[in-house]
Amino acid sequence: MVNADTKVTLCGIELDNPIIPASGTFGYGYEFAELYDINCLGSLSFKGTTREARFGNPTPRIAECERGMLNSVGLQNPGVEKVISDELPKLKKCFSKPIMANVSGFSIAEYTETCAMLDSDEQIGWFEVNISCPNVHGGGMSFGTSPEMAAEVTRAVKKVTTKPVLIKLSPNVTDIASIAKACEEAGADGISLINTLMGMRIDLRRKKPILANKMGGFSGPAILPVALRMVYQVYEAVNIPIVGMGGVSNAEDVIEMMLAGATAVQVGAANLVNPYASRDIINDLPRVMEKYRINSLTEIIGGAH
Amino acid sequence: MKQALYTIGENTRIAKDVYKMRLLGDSSACSQPGQFLNIQLPEKYLRRPISVCDWDAEGITIIYKILGNGTEMMSGFAASEQLDVLTGLGNGYDMSKSGDRPLLIGGGVGVPPLYGLCRRLVEQGKQPTVILGFNTADEIFYADEFRALGVEVRIATVDGSVGIKGFVTDAMAGLDYTYFYTCGPLPMFKAIEKTVTTSGQYSLEERMGCGFGACMGCSIKTRSGNKRVCKEGPVFEREDIIW
Ligand SMILES: Cc1cc2nc3c(=O)[nH]c(=O)nc-3n(C[C@H](O)[C@H](O)[C@H](O)COP(=O)(O)OP(=O)(O)OC[C@H]3O[C@@H](n4cnc5c(N)ncnc54)[C@H](O)[C@@H]3O)c2cc1C
Ligand SMILES: Cc1cc2nc3c(=O)[nH]c(=O)nc-3n(C[C@H](O)[C@H](O)[C@H](O)COP(=O)(O)O)c2cc1C
Ligand code: FES
Repeated sequence: MVNADTKVTLCGIELDNPIIPASGTFGYGYEFAELYDINCLGSLSFKGTTREARFGNPTPRIAECERGMLNSVGLQNPGVEKVISDELPKLKKCFSKPIMANVSGFSIAEYTETCAMLDSDEQIGWFEVNISCPNVHGGGMSFGTSPEMAAEVTRAVKKVTTKPVLIKLSPNVTDIASIAKACEEAGADGISLINTLMGMRIDLRRKKPILANKMGGFSGPAILPVALRMVYQVYEAVNIPIVGMGGVSNAEDVIEMMLAGATAVQVGAANLVNPYASRDIINDLPRVMEKYRINSLTEIIGGAH
Repeated sequence: MKQALYTIGENTRIAKDVYKMRLLGDSSACSQPGQFLNIQLPEKYLRRPISVCDWDAEGITIIYKILGNGTEMMSGFAASEQLDVLTGLGNGYDMSKSGDRPLLIGGGVGVPPLYGLCRRLVEQGKQPTVILGFNTADEIFYADEFRALGVEVRIATVDGSVGIKGFVTDAMAGLDYTYFYTCGPLPMFKAIEKTVTTSGQYSLEERMGCGFGACMGCSIKTRSGNKRVCKEGPVFEREDIIW
């Protein structure tokens, strides 16, 4: 076997491999640590954390799709204070690498307060700011749907943090490249994409939407082509690193995502159907690298351009 | 929780649209009756959660009803085919609270987990009474299996074709019991809640993303905070549930 070098560097922090479980599909890590040593991961992005505790949306919150699923969890989390006092200590007992802190908010102030509180935690390596949430002061429109609002969140968060800030983009927009560019100009250290695509399923028996929230976010293998297209477009538009995700289920998908332009790759829904998915992908990377004659993953980033 | 491959030992129809499947393989993650497993099906993205009916050293028994495409596919599986299954999911019933004469109430495909519970309560020297509710005679299953455990079994059918005509609550009249355990549809739970005179445990159902606590897809509000049906549940104490 060739000497498979899986190391990558994301915003100055070296990862043993590019695999990062995606926010919302890995809890705060410790559930998975019962199954395998999660220190094999490149990093992990924890559940979207907000200033206040949130229960989220009413159930049903999950609907199955062809090669994917809808979720309308609605950012259930115990709030940043409890995350710092209860969840992070449990995560740190089983994980010793830099953590990606996924943060959400419904106003600029919520984003900045949450990020400021997490900034002093030594093990947090990056912020991943999810801007798919509706802005309560902006008529409920998602922060991620306009370059101006996306830039405003980026600037505000950058002011209160000392760590690299990745902005996680929503794919539910017409021009993803312009939003990524606006974030870069506002000081973002990286771009993370894609979040889920808005979708719906209808229950044939009740003749009503399956989800209590009616709409939900579509993820899973079915969205991989959309994610690859968007990562490719953003790679052409910006000079900061990209964390690519959307439908990644195996080591081949990881290589594809990196060729499109991703420096690191997140695995989301796949963890829910196979709790060992992230570990299995990491273990399989050297085999797939050899098959496609890849010596170093860093060398293939953006290789498809 | 454990993930493993299981060989189907048996997959037979036991009532209208209801099948009993025997999964041969590692049952070591099963610790309490009332837990469930999550089955991967070919071409289906999400796993299917099904209660453990009973388990022993050789494997696990489940009973399922054809509802949609997934359970219909399951009914066509032949013995010796293999399935990828997550086992040991959820909390299960807490048997320590049963008292000497617990009442077990099952409705439709809510009956299966009560069988494993009943068998263990009997082994502990308890004297359970079992009430099984179905719509019609052709839906009835497992009444004889419960009777073989030596317990009193009362059956209620909505159309009166077998046993007491009406609902499980109609079969509860005059019964003296120390605690109750139940699994079944929500309307049945609401009727039980109005009828029972003791404390007890309900097994709830939700649509699930993962089944092992990772996605927050199955959360409910309880009197003691937010709980995941797949992790802190599916069994909840009567006093904890907000109806
Ligand atoms: C903890 C638990 C224990 C269960 N135990 C049993 C059992 O012992 N026997 C039995 O027959 N059934 C049981 N069920 C219900 C069983 O999970 C569903 O009937 C089954 O998932 C339907 O799959 P399908 O593909 O046939 O239906 P479809 O409607 O095609 O399924 C589509 C999606 O919806 C989900 N879904 C549909 N109905 C339900 C439901 N009622 N609950 C949860 N998810 C659902 C499916 O899992 C799948 O993801 C249990 C459910 C839960 C949550
Ligand atoms: C159940 C579930 C919950 C999620 N919660 C969050 C979240 O809290 N914050 C966030 O930024 N993304 C969240 N996501 C989106 C994922 O992180 C990821 O961007 C998306 O699912 C696409 O990747 P996938 O196809 O590999 O799942 C969630 C996804 C799922 C399936
Ligand atoms: S189904 Fe995923 S947390 Fe319960």
